[in-house]
Order: sequence, then structure tokens, then C-alpha cells
Amino acid sequence: MSPARPDPDALLRAAARDSTGRLKVFLGAAPGVGKTYEMLSDAAARRAGGLDVVVGVVETHGRSETQAQLAGFEIMPRARIAHRGQPLEEMDLDAILARHPALVLVDEFAHTNAPGSRHDKRWQDVEELLAAGIDVWTTLNIQHVESLNDVVASFTHVRVRETVPDRLLDNAEIEVVDLPPDELIARLKAGKVYVPHEAARALDHFFSKSNLSALRELALRRAAQAIDAQMLDDLRASATGGSFAVGERLLVAVGANPVAGEVVRAGKRLADALRAPWTVVHVETTSERAPDTARHLADAMHLASMLGGQVLSLPGQSVVEGLALAAADTRATMLVLGRPQPRRLPWQRRLSVRPLARRLPELSIHLVQISTRRAPSARQWKPGRPAIPGWLPSLLTTALVTVLGLAIFSAGDNITNVGLLYLLPVLLAATRYGLATGIVTGVIGSLAYNFFFIPPTGTFTIADPQNVITVGVLLLVAAVASQLAGRLRAQAILAAQSARQSAALAGFARLLTGAQEAAKVGQLLCEQAAHLLETNAVLLLPRQGELEIVAMSKPIRLEVLDNAAAQWSFANQTPAGRGAGTLTASEWLFTPLAAGETALGVFGVARTDAAVPVRADQLPLLTSLTDQASLALERIRLEREAAAVRTLEERDRLRAALLSSVGHDLRTPLTAVLGLLRDLSPAEPDQREIVALARGEAERLRRFVANLLDMVRVEAGAIDLHIEPVDLAEAAAAAVRDLRGTLGSQEVRFGIDQDLPLVLVDPRLFHHCLINLVENAARHGGREGPIFVSAKRLGDGLELSVCDEGPGIPVGMEQRVFEVFHRIEGSDRKGGTGLGLAIVRGFAEAMGLKVTAANRVEGRGARFTIRFPADRLREVGEAA
Amino acid sequence: MRTKVLVVDDEPAIRRLLRGSLAAAGYAVIEAPDARAALASLAIDKPELVLLDLGLPDRDGLELVAPVKASGAALLVVSARDATEEKVSALDLGADDYVTKPFDTEEVQARIRVALRARSRATREEGAVAFRDVVVDLASRRVTRGGVDVHLSPKEYGFLAELCRHPGRVILHTQLLRAVWGEGHDHDVEYLRVAARGVRKKLEDVDVEASAIRNEPGVGYRLMV
Repeated sequence: MSPARPDPDALLRAAARDSTGRLKVFLGAAPGVGKTYEMLSDAAARRAGGLDVVVGVVETHGRSETQAQLAGFEIMPRARIAHRGQPLEEMDLDAILARHPALVLVDEFAHTNAPGSRHDKRWQDVEELLAAGIDVWTTLNIQHVESLNDVVASFTHVRVRETVPDRLLDNAEIEVVDLPPDELIARLKAGKVYVPHEAARALDHFFSKSNLSALRELALRRAAQAIDAQMLDDLRASATGGSFAVGERLLVAVGANPVAGEVVRAGKRLADALRAPWTVVHVETTSERAPDTARHLADAMHLASMLGGQVLSLPGQSVVEGLALAAADTRATMLVLGRPQPRRLPWQRRLSVRPLARRLPELSIHLVQISTRRAPSARQWKPGRPAIPGWLPSLLTTALVTVLGLAIFSAGDNITNVGLLYLLPVLLAATRYGLATGIVTGVIGSLAYNFFFIPPTGTFTIADPQNVITVGVLLLVAAVASQLAGRLRAQAILAAQSARQSAALAGFARLLTGAQEAAKVGQLLCEQAAHLLETNAVLLLPRQGELEIVAMSKPIRLEVLDNAAAQWSFANQTPAGRGAGTLTASEWLFTPLAAGETALGVFGVARTDAAVPVRADQLPLLTSLTDQASLALERIRLEREAAAVRTLEERDRLRAALLSSVGHDLRTPLTAVLGLLRDLSPAEPDQREIVALARGEAERLRRFVANLLDMVRVEAGAIDLHIEPVDLAEAAAAAVRDLRGTLGSQEVRFGIDQDLPLVLVDPRLFHHCLINLVENAARHGGREGPIFVSAKRLGDGLELSVCDEGPGIPVGMEQRVFEVFHRIEGSDRKGGTGLGLAIVRGFAEAMGLKVTAANRVEGRGARFTIRFPADRLREVGEAA
Repeated sequence: MRTKVLVVDDEPAIRRLLRGSLAAAGYAVIEAPDARAALASLAIDKPELVLLDLGLPDRDGLELVAPVKASGAALLVVSARDATEEKVSALDLGADDYVTKPFDTEEVQARIRVALRARSRATREEGAVAFRDVVVDLASRRVTRGGVDVHLSPKEYGFLAELCRHPGRVILHTQLLRAVWGEGHDHDVEYLRVAARGVRKKLEDVDVEASAIRNEPGVGYRLMV
């Protein structure tokens, strides 16, 4: 039991780094530090060393020194893309994939491709190149790193939209192209720096010395971090490290608010620094239902998955309880929250830290400072919707209450009781139609009460201050009741929604277990998706290398573009199509179905109105649908395989039983015949000769049966291997000993050193190989000359040869001698079965060995050689 | 009184063959065509040796190994199948030796002699075993060749001594490994190969073919005396 166990995930990541292309990023603090120049000069050195390097795309920005560096490189022509009549040029991804160089240079990692390109972003192109096993070198400025985007913007006041996910840097080799700020400023003043237009406005500020120093520090720190992460992976993979602390696990809580994205980025930075896995969680309570805030949340969740975090969304009574559940689920050790913001409105709910800390005492809580500058919230009135829903019924009930009140009042009752009556329409309106209607009803109710009942009646004046309180209470009740009722209603809606989904998913799972065919699974999946996501759905599975539609929610046709997206998604095991960032021109969103490493098919969804098919908050639902379908498809596949294996096993078992019984039935009578003939020794010379002949023939029959049974086993492939280390000298001796009866006094010379390694073979099969080889040598080598059995090392392997001094093998027949029933011409009478050498080859191949036949170079005769590669040898030391 | 040998085989021809050759060699031969008759004969005739064919019509031959050993008789297993596992399990269950069909009657007689000799001696814990010019004294743990002391390593001696305790009998790889190396080495056959090489190198000058330390491929080792 080894104490240091390699971390399997780390091993996998290290393996992935080995098989796919490697990425090298020339990271700079700011434009103008000379990244492209550096990349080109490094690449020129590699090219001089014989590496196959091409330039995928390089922007020289008209600088002559960079231009000069390009000389001598093979430059891939760019693809032309027509966009609204404007011809645009982009890197030609397919041409590079087809050209398949060892290394391709791709400038400006964060570049956004022209509309109509396969991927939206150049870094996606790079990912495809890497997946194809091509090494990529690229350049990047620190401000384009996704998780640092905010940080950079906070002090430079320049925000760039083009960002690159951090995970790409995590596996890349990073070279920081460093230039001291003073020199960079000097270069800028000399006009040697191309300024991207985003930075043009804030040029002076951006290139201030303090900014450049900060950027430089960020770049260096980010590079060091990537190196640390890789080293840590390597260490874990080889498990040479002494002890690794039990890692932190981060839970990043976000709400549906404009700062959610910032909290996610901060969480990512913290997770990176701690090298901890992180999960972003949102607890769905009822207080956040406005469409604009939902968008903030969806964006934040999308950002989190882009940055490589897990995403979790769960309904809960309260945020605290939801977070407690999520923390237990993810076994989190640290909770990351945005620092609570000052309330904009006094009744707005916000998360306070104290109950959280009380509820989750084992968690450390990290509060993220949120920058106060924030985009103004995009709140606006939605036209076309009545501002006050349900105003008519509320008005009617209020009128009814007034009439009722008048009736009671005339009977001479206390008017306070009438005031209580007005609570009824308020409660009704508040619970049914929400806050606004409730308050309006409250106002109308209090006005009516005032007008009709409060003295002086018939006016809106209030004489008694006590009655002011009544009106105030009416309004308050309206506000509180509508808040409470509204929350209850929303919670009920959420719960119903979530219950409906759970029930649908459970039903789906149950239906799937009954499905015995892929097409049935596909039909169920398409129906469910169409029902739950309200989209068209289609399932494609591979048949003979082509993706074919096996099921769809309603008759549809896939266009060429859609098929391309489906194919790409299947091949790359990544979503493609609308809303996926790749091949977005297709109106379908395709997600791959997979079981482990095996791609099973792709599932597509599309909306008839050509919108993005699946909202971000529906993604988990889509994922559970496809996951369940994947499981069902995989189960069906495994069941098929198991059935096939069972059939094969049954056949093998029958065959083995047959062989064994045939063997028994043939050998037993032969034993009796041979033994009985041996005991028969008639006095009559004539009869003695007959008995001798009969014995000879019976002996031949015995050999033939033995060989025939062996041959049947070879042909049937019914060979069970029991590999053990065997000493060649002992094995050869055992074979010769068993053949002594046949060999008579023929000499066998051994040339097998005692210090050779043991060979790993099945002793029984190997024994039969040797018997057949020695017997063959005896038969064809002539009776007089000795048979040589020798072994020697050859390279890192070993060779065993059996040689004779016979006429040798006719030229050109060296391969044919191993064929079944091949006999060398004129040798028919030598009593062979024509099977011996075929058995040798069959058994040897079953053990992973190679047999060859040749004529001896030194002197006369044939040489048969069994070659043992190094992995079939076991070196041994002296006896202990 | 002649030694009683029980031949258990369902083939009359084989029984006839063995009866002829064994009677000629001076044994009293009893025959049984199936397991039932064999068990009855074990109780009534009390044979000194049983020749057991493993392919019986009424029961698996391996099931008879234990009752035969319990009766105190020596046991020679006859198998028509060239199945190493079957031989190994028969030997493991306590059979003294095995022959494979088609067999040579002389070979069978030789094996019978060894098995009977081993039975009369039971296991040999002391005394000396000699082969060629080598004498192995189990009591004093001395090995001499031509009267001269030969130094064997402890494992080499253990290996040789285990073979000498049952001269002429096949000792399974696992039996040897357990006796010399202890538990947990059942599959370390290479230890045996190395020990056999060492013993041969120090005690013999002959080709491996003629060595007294004989290997049975896939089964075990046997000391030829």
C-alpha cells in the first residue's frame, strides 16, 4: 500500500496536456510591450531548428521591425468573409487544420471574429486547433483576462469587452513579455505603439506610470499563478509532494442583482489564489422576480461557467437555509458573498451576515467589496400592461362595502366597525392583485370611509384625530398584506413550477427505464423537451459514421448549417449553435450526449421564433434531460453488448465442452489400442511384423489426434492463457524428454545459457510449440545430424532457435511452411501431420510471440526462431 | 501377499490393458467401472494403490480423491485431458501422481512403484537421499557431492530438501513455494526457476534434459532418483 497516491484528476489533466496541442501565451501588461515581436523571434528560432511553423494570423500594425520578423515564415492566407457587403478578413481555421503544422502563431488571443465565422471568439478557434493536436503560440494583454477584467477597469477606467476565459491560461505555458513602464512610455511618445481604439480616449490616463506598474505586476502575478497551478498538478500526479492541505472549497453566493457578475469574478480570483474548486450558487426565493434582475442572474451564472466554476441554483424558503443546503452539498469550506449594499428603498430585503454566520458556524465567510459605480438599473414601465391590475373588482367591492356600511350606519352603529369592514376589499385586492392594487384600494377605501362615515360626512375633512389612525391602519394593512400575499403567491408559483419539473423528470426517468430502443429514448426525450422547454427538439445518433435523425418532436428539416453545428458539437463534445458561441448562425442549439468518454449523439432544440432556444435558467433542466437520456442510451448499448457477450460465452463454453469430450473419446481408445498392441508379442515372425506395423500406425494416429485437437483450439481461438515465468532450458529439456520415444537416439544439443532471463509464456502451450519444433527438426533434418536448441539475447529481447542439418526450406517457402497442411514437396512419407508448424505459429501468436523460418546461414539446414520481445521477459538475479 | 491395485475406469479396454500389465508385474488387480463400485471396493478390498480415471460416468473423478486418501491408499490419477489445471487440482487434493492418456504402461508401472515406496515411508523428515554422486542429509542439512560439502543458499537448500522429502513425486509449484518461502508467494514461480538453476549449477554437470531436478511444465518439480 503506497502512502502517496497520485491524484487521478491531476493525472488526467497532465495526460490531456500531453495528447492535445500545447498553448503558449505571450502575456503583456499593455499594448506596445513587444509581444508579437517576441513571439515571432522565438518562433524564428524554432523554425531554424527544423520545426514546422506557420503564421496563422499576425497583426504587424504597420510596424517595420515586426514586419521584418515575418520574413521567411509561411503565412496562411486569411479567409474572406462578406458581412453586410463589407469584405472582412479572418484567420482561416479550416486551412490551418488541413495544413496541420506542428506550431501555429495566432496573434491577439482575445480578438472577436467577424459575424459569420464559425466561432465568435478567436480563443475558440485556438481551442479547436489545440484539440487537433496543433501547438499554438498567441499574444494577450493582461486586461483581456476574464477574471482580471474588473480589476483592470477599476484603476484604468478603460473596460475592454474582449475577454479570454482563465481556464485557457491555466493549462498554458505563459511567457511574460516585460518592458519597464518608463521605456514603454518612451516608446509611446516616439509613436512606436499602436493604440487600440478602446484605449484611445483614455490614452494619457491609461499609460500613466502607476497604471503601467500595476498592470505589469498583475501580468507577472498571473503568470506565476499559472505556473504554480501546473506545478501543483504535476506534483499531485506524481504524488511526490509530502502533504497537501485538505483543500478549500468555495461557495460563491449571488443574488439576482447587478453586482452578481462582480461577485462571481471576485470568487474566481479567490478560488484561483487558494487553488480551490468553486461553486456559484443562487437561492431562488420569492423576492426577486423582476425580469431585469433575472437577466443579471443569468449573466452571472453564464459568466461563472465560462470562468470554470460549478453552477448551482436551488429553491429555498430563505437564502440562509438554501445556502446551508448548498454548503452541505458541495462540502464547502468558505462562503463568498458580496458585501451588503445600502438599501435603495427602506423595505427592500437584503441578506445580512449575522444569521448566516450563526447558521453555518464551520464556514469562513468572505465578503467581497463591491465597487459603488454601477450601471443605472434599467427599470422602466412596460407599456401595454394595465398599471393597476384588478382595479375594477376592487372598486366594486369597495362600493359594496360602502353600501353595506351605510345600511349599518343608518341603524345607528359605531362607525369604527364600518372602518373594519373596509379592510375586506383591501385584503382581497392585496392578496389577489398585489401591492399596487392593494394600496390603491386602501386609498379609495379610506377616502370613501372619510367621505361617507367620518364626521363631518359628505366631505373629505377629518375632525377626530382618532379617525386619522383608522385611515393610516387601512393603508398599512394594504401594504403588509400585499407583501405577504405576494410572497406567498410567488412561492407557490415557484414551488408548483419546480414540482411540475421534478414530476416531469421523474416520469421521464421512469419512462426511459422501459425504453428498449434508442429511437424510443429519442422520442421520449424530444417529447419531454418540447413540453418542458417549449421548443422543437431533435435527437441525432451516429449510424455508420454519419449523424442521423432518430427522433423529433414534430416533422422538421435540418439545414446544412444546422447539420454542420450538430456534427461539430458531436465531434468536439461541446454545445454548438444558437446561444452556444459556436456556429451561432444555426437556429438550433445542439448539446452532446455522452457516457464517460464515449460520444453517444447530439440533442438539438430550437424555438420557432428564432430566439435563443434555452434560457440560462433552463440550462440545468436541459442538462438533466440530456443526462438521463444519455444514461438510457448507454444502458441500451451495454445491454446489447452484454447479450452479445453472453451468446459468445455460451458458444465458447459449448466449444470447450465439445473439444474436451472429443479429446477424451479419441484418446481413450488410442491408449487401449497402443497399450494392448505393445503387450502383444506373437512368436510368429510374420505376425510380429504385423503387430509392429499396427503399432506404428496407431502411434501415428495418436500424434495426428493430438495435433488435430491442438489445431482446432487454435482455429477456434479457444485458447486460455495461464502465463508464468518459464526457464527456457527447462522447457526445452521437458519437450525433448517427452519426445525421447520418437527421437530414439538422435542427439539434441542445447545452447541455452543459465543466466538468460525467464520468458513469460503459457507453459503448456509453449511445451507444445517446442515439441512440434523439435519433432519437425527431427523429421526434416535427417536422422544423423544433431538438432540444436539454442537461445541468445538479441537487442533487448531474446531469441530461441531450433536448427537441423537437413536440406533446409526451399527458397520462397519460408512463410508457407506455417500454413495448415503445408508439406514440403516429396516429404509426404515422413509421417508428419502437416499441422505441427501451424500449431506452433497459432500458439506462439496467442502468447504474443513471433515465429519465423529461414535457412541457416552457417552450414546446411533450417532454423526456426521464436522471438521474445522485452515485455515477455523477466530478468532474474542470483538465487537468494 | 501381493499388493492390491484398484483400477477405476469406465473403459473395459483400458481396464483390460492395465490388468494385463499390472498382473504381469505381480500386482493383484481389482477393477471398478464407476465411482460407486470404486467406493465399495475401497471399503471391502482395502487396496494399497488406486489408479483413478478422472472421467467417470457417475461422478467427477476429483470427488474420489479425498475418500481414497482417507483410506490410506496411494493414488495415481489418469486423465485423458491435457488440462494442466485438472492435474494441479488432483495433486493439490492429495493425489500422489498423474499420468496422461495416451500413456505408456511401463511409465504407469514406474509411477506406481514410486507412489508405493513413498507411501511405505510416508514423509521423510530425516535420513539421506542420494541421486547421482549427490547425497542430501535431511537431518543435518548437509549436501555433499562426491563426498565434498557443497554450499547451497538457504532457499536452494529448502527447495532441494522439499523435493527430497518426496523423491520421485511431483511437488506442485504452490507446495514448494509455501514450504520454502511461506504464505503469500503462491504465484512467484520465478523464485523456483532461480532456485532450480542454482541447485543444478552447483550439483550437476549434465544437460538440463538429464537433470535429476525435473520440471513438469506448468505443474511443478520432481526429483528423479
